[in-house]
This record gives sequence, C-alpha cells and structure tokens, in this order.
Amino acid sequence: MLGMELTTVWFVIIAFLWIGYFALEGFDFGVGMLVPVLARDETERRVLINTVGPVWDGNEVWLLVAGGATFAAFPEWYATLFSGYYLPLLLILVALILRNLAFEYRHKGDTQQWRDRWDLALIGGSFVPAVLWGVAFANIVGGSPIDADKEFTGTLFTLLNPHGLLGGLTTLLLFATHGAMFVALKTDGDIRHRARALAVRLGIAAAVVAVVFLAWTQARTGDTSSAVAFVAAALVLVGGIGAASAGREGWAFLGTFLAIVLAVAGLFLALFPDVMVSSTSPAFSLTTTNAAASPYSLTVMTWAAAIFTPLVIGYQSWTYWVFRKRISTHHIPTADLADAR
Amino acid sequence: MELVDIARWQFGIVTVYHFLFVPLTIGLTLIVALFETFWLRTKDPAYLRLTKFFGKLFLINFALGLVTGIVQEFQFGMNWSDYSRFVGDVFGAPLAIEGLLAFFLESTFLGLWIFGWDKLPRLVHAACMWIVHLGVLASSWFILAANSWMQHPVGYRFDEESGRAELTDFAAVMFNKVQLVTFPHVVLAAYLTAGAFVIGVSAWLYASKKHGSRVPGEDDPDAAEVLETARSDRAMYRKAMRISAVVMLVGGIGVVVSGDVQGKIMTEVQPMKMAAAEALYETEESCAPFSVFTIGTPDGTEEKFAVTVPCLLSFLGTGSFDGEVKGINELRETYRETYGADPGAAYYTASEYVPNIPVTYWTFRWMMGFGALGGAGAVLVLWLTRRSREEKVAPAWIGRVGIGLPVVMVLANSMGWIFTEMGRQPWVVFGLMTTESGVSPGVSVTEALISVITLTSLYAVLFVIEMKLLAKTVRKGPEEFVEPPDPGSKDHDPDAQLNFAY
Repeated sequence: MLGMELTTVWFVIIAFLWIGYFALEGFDFGVGMLVPVLARDETERRVLINTVGPVWDGNEVWLLVAGGATFAAFPEWYATLFSGYYLPLLLILVALILRNLAFEYRHKGDTQQWRDRWDLALIGGSFVPAVLWGVAFANIVGGSPIDADKEFTGTLFTLLNPHGLLGGLTTLLLFATHGAMFVALKTDGDIRHRARALAVRLGIAAAVVAVVFLAWTQARTGDTSSAVAFVAAALVLVGGIGAASAGREGWAFLGTFLAIVLAVAGLFLALFPDVMVSSTSPAFSLTTTNAAASPYSLTVMTWAAAIFTPLVIGYQSWTYWVFRKRISTHHIPTADLADAR
Repeated sequence: MELVDIARWQFGIVTVYHFLFVPLTIGLTLIVALFETFWLRTKDPAYLRLTKFFGKLFLINFALGLVTGIVQEFQFGMNWSDYSRFVGDVFGAPLAIEGLLAFFLESTFLGLWIFGWDKLPRLVHAACMWIVHLGVLASSWFILAANSWMQHPVGYRFDEESGRAELTDFAAVMFNKVQLVTFPHVVLAAYLTAGAFVIGVSAWLYASKKHGSRVPGEDDPDAAEVLETARSDRAMYRKAMRISAVVMLVGGIGVVVSGDVQGKIMTEVQPMKMAAAEALYETEESCAPFSVFTIGTPDGTEEKFAVTVPCLLSFLGTGSFDGEVKGINELRETYRETYGADPGAAYYTASEYVPNIPVTYWTFRWMMGFGALGGAGAVLVLWLTRRSREEKVAPAWIGRVGIGLPVVMVLANSMGWIFTEMGRQPWVVFGLMTTESGVSPGVSVTEALISVITLTSLYAVLFVIEMKLLAKTVRKGPEEFVEPPDPGSKDHDPDAQLNFAY
C-alpha cells in the first residue's frame, strides 16, 4: 500500500474488515437460520450450534472493529451512517443481543420451552441482520438522501427501496448458502449430506438473485474494477455450487467464502472514492477525503493495524485449526441430554 | 422531553447496565485463571472444581457484558453524532485499537478456553484464560483512556477549519494523568468486586444445608461419608475464599490509594466536580470539612443535620488539612469567564456550569459507603469461616451475608461511574463541548424513544433471566471432580464426546 494516500489505505482497511465480517459471520448467520430446516431432533440442533460454537464470537468482533475503525478513520462516515440508519441498526443490535445470548444460554435450561424460545432468538437473531446488512450496504453504495450538513434526511422506508430490499435478499440467500456449506464441511453423517443438498439448492437461488442485484448495482455506480469483482464473485459462486454437488465440501465452502469476499469487495470498489453516496446531490456525498480523520490520527492507527492485524489473523486461523474436526451426533455429550429431559 | 434528555437517559441506562457485568468480567478472569493455575501446580481436585464452577458463573455474566458492549459502540454514532464528528479524530483511535487489540484476543481465547478442554494441552488451556485477562485489561486501558480524555482533554488541538478536535499526541492521550489514576482505580475496584463475588458465593455454599454444611439424617447409613464430603467441600470453599481474599486485599488497598490520588487530580483539573461532590457552595480557604451525612437540602440552602469530619475535604482534595477548596459559586464565575465569554465558539452553550448537586453529593458517598460495607462484610465472612471453624457446619445467615457482598460492590462501582459522569456535566468533553451540543441533529424524538424503550425493556427481561441462571448455577454448586481429558497424553481419544458442548 506504499504510495497510497492514507485515506485510501483506511478505506481499504475498512473494506477489509467488512469483507472479513461478512465472509465469517455470514456462515454463522447461515447456520443460525438453518437450525429449523436442517436439524431433525435436539441432538442434530446441537450439532449445528456446536459447529460455530467456538468461533462465532471471534467472527462478530470483525464488526466491532469495523465500527471502531470507521469511527476513528472516518468520523463523519460513522456519524452519518449510525445516526442516519438508526432504526435498522437498532434492530440489528437487538437481533445480535438475542442470538449471542441464545448461543450462551440455550444449553443452560432444562425445559423444552426454554430451548424453543432460545431457538427462536437464534433463528430470528440470525435472519434479521442477514437481511438488514444487505439493505444497509445497498443504500450506502446506491445512495440515500444526505444533505449538505452530512445529515441523513430519509426514514426507515427510504432505505427499504427495491434496490435495498434486493440487497437484503441477496445477503440473506448468500449467508444461508454459506452456512449450509459450512455445516456440510464441519459435520458428519446424515446431516452432512442434507446440508450439502440444501447448499446446492440455496446456492442456485442465491446466484440468481445476486447476479440481478450486482448487475443493478453495477449499472447504478459501478466501474470496470467493480465489474470484474462482481463477475468473479458470480463465477466462484457457481464453481462452489458445482463443487458441492460433486461432493467436494472444502472447495464448495471456499467458493461461497470467495464469492462473498469478491461481492463485498466489488461493492466497496463501486463505492470508492465515496464512502456514502448522497442521492440528494453528488456534491453532498461523503468521500474518503471529506469524511476522514487527520493525517496524524490515521498514521497512529496505521501502525496499530500493521502490527496487530497479522497477529489477529494468525491466532484466529489457529482457532479454526484447533477446532478443525467434523462434529457428528455421537460427539454430543449425552449426559447433558438426559439432564435436559 | 427533549432529544438530549432521552439520549442521556439511554446512555445512563445502558452504560450503568453494561458496567454491572464488567467488573465481574475483569476480576473473574483473574480469579478463574488463578484457580486453574493452582490446579495445574497442585493437582488438587478442589481447584479444578472451582475453576469449572466459577468459570460457568463467569460465562453467564460475560455473555451479558459482551452483548451490552456492542450497544455502547453503536450508540455514540446513533444518538451522539455531533459528538462523534467533533471527537472522532481523538476518541475513535483508542476505540478502534481496543477492538483490534483486545476484543479479538478476548473472544478468540475465550472460545478456545470454553471448548478447548479436550483439544488443548493443559498448560495452553490455562494460558488461554490468562490471555483473556490480559485482553480485558488492555480493553479497560483503551476505553478508560478515551473516557479520561473526556474528563481532561490532552494531546489534541482544536482545528478552526474543520471545527473539531484533532489528535496531536497519541502518547499524551494514552498516558493522560487522569487515565494513569483512573485505570488502577477501575481495575482494582473490579478485583475487589470479583473477590467479593467469589467470597460471597463460596460463603453461601459453605453455609448451605445442601452443600458445605449438610448433616446426615438420623438413620442415614452413609452418615460418615456425608459428613466427610461436607467437610472436604468446606475446605474447598475456604480455598476459594482465601485466594479471593488476597485479590480483594490487593484491590481494596489499591482502590483507596488510587481514589485518594484521583481526588487530588480531580480538584486540579475539574474543580467543579470536587465542589459538587461535597455540595460546597462557598470557597473554604483552609480546613474544609467533609460531611459524611446530611439531612436537609443538599443544594446548600438549608442544612438541618449533618455529621461532618473537620478538614477532611481539604485533605481529600489537596493532600493537606489546611488546603483551600474552591466552592461552587466562585467556580461558576471562573467557568463563565473562561468558557462563557466566547459566543463565537460553535460548541459552547451558555450554561450554569454546575452539575446536578444532589446526584453528585450522594453518589460520591454511596460509592465509598457501599465499597466500605462490602469490604467489611467480606472480612466478617472470612472471619466466620476461618480454619479453626472448618470442622463445624455454619449457620445459614453467613451465606445470606455472602450473597449480599457482590451486590453492594457492584452498586459501589455504579455509583462511582454515575458520580464521575454526572459530575462532568454540563460538559461531554470538559471545557470543549457541552453534552447538549453533542446529540444527533438528524434523529427524531420518536426514534430515540423507540430505542431507549426497546433497549430498557429488553435489558430488564435479560436481567431476570441472568439472575435466575446465576442463582440456579450457584444452588447446584460445583460439580463432582472428573479428571478432564488430557490432549497432551498418548491415550487421549480424539473421537470421544465433546468435553463441553452448547
């Protein structure tokens, strides 16, 4: 990144953090949503939840760091986005609270009712952000009403426009596919095969919707680089689906992983050099320059990021290595189950 | 109701709520790491049972601390967007670095600790909890540096063109003198709180008729065995209490010493807050008294009855019994001269520069009072469960005192924060920006109300659930000792059932 403007460097870092967030938490959203679809009994539900058990929290930190980095590197972007997209963000907050607690508390109760309620929290809490993040990003890139004072002037319903809703549907289907691919990769036995079959069906739907959404976005604000990323995203997604139907789960998961990486990267490429497009007037758009922090502040953070990001990637990868084994029903402690009845 | 009031209520509610769980998280990571380390060193099964038991309680508590922390990061932008625009250049950096350096560390290594019993060699497993503790300490450092900057802005300049504060010296922000004393105060108070929690819970189990103090029925054939188990359980709870007593002692001494230094720094950098802490209206040139208790109106107009300690306020504020402590009235004039005479500054609003005196007066006292009460209670419980009494069962009231300990300690923490944040008012960043001018101009009162009502009701429900889970886990007590899998050994079966599963 030598020779690049610091503001551009930070645009890239923030894009990287969001890409990491969606590529990682995307599959644990997917697993959460698919609990009622894929699991046939309590043991299978627990198999599903335990595939993401050790990693969902680390995945979510990508969001917190993306938020913090936006606050620090582009205070105006953070302020406009969070105060403007107020109600969707509130909904996302509530959803995240509920699903996180579902992971932690679900197994602590002894009644079926307790488990059923936390299942609802997990499913709803995964579904809502999976949709709303797509809506939010479609609006960030496609444009939403922002005035000369960098204030968002719309409402919740401004954001729920056709392009935004299609964005939400795209992330929903992509994350659901990603989750199914992850389950196929991380489990064994019957559930593994069901997950793989479902991943193929969901994947086809996701591919169709994503192609329409990305083409629409490309037509609105894209350039050559975003077009390349979008086409590549579509290709790897199709490749992933092909790998899944051929029974190659590792390649299949890599396919959806890269499809999400490339699609989100494409959105950021289409966005650059804006950080939030104003549909009111292009002159009011927030950009990497007019929303940025001072050069000194950016320098300090660049050092912090340069030192700690490789470390984080190192130990997070190590976690995935430690928990690399497939989980199947016979791994679930039965004593707990007896306890539950 | 104005937007600023709603936004302040929300900030108060969600922040105080978040901080109910934070001190236990900070302190329990240390105590659980200590238990596990003691187990590794002594192979005494009691320490492993304690590790798992308090680990479980820690996780229930941590879950709520974590989810309410996400709200904290979002609400600066949601409700306080003008504040965020104004301070982001300075305040954002510690927040971002906190996430990168601390949150990743905490979440990743906690995941490894929870699920890693049958995957990691024992030494590595114990190290994970120590790393989590380092993570929470790092987290505390950065977030307190950000808060200390709001109390005493340093290392920045006001940029006329952009109309915002800009960072000029990161090290100055990290080692702000307010930060250097706030960090030990908050972290050691957390040790104190967690120590009180472990002592309290252990005392309850020690005195419980179902656990440490159970006695066999008259014709119970296993009477001898029941008595022996109860006795060895009491020994285990004493071990927990002894380790926590050390943590508490370190925390307690540290809190008093750091609090004392804090008072002096506060008198220097935020004299109004110190005056408000005592509701001192007129400047005392020497030997200012400290009132322990007042009946009457604390706004200073009428005092019916007060217990005062002569010269103590002078000592708290200046370190000398005949030091001068400025009163609210004089300070108000000084503040008006300093800040009020500049109508061109966009971020100042004409104001009284006086915080809410009854709130600051009482929270300051309740902070110290609850802290002292908790400390005294812990000493009492420790005395009543001393070694020479270990042979005997204990009366149940000891357990009830024990359960009260963490409650008063957590309240002391809350009072400290309410004091320090309310005492800064009307400023959000002292001397630079008022709270009123920090709210989001684009957010409607309806939106803000939806937010505060949603979060408050959700939090209330979650509080009930959490308390029930904690109570249920405590009542059940530590599980029997089972030798945990040892992934470092040759006969470890990697395909066995998961040692821990959601």
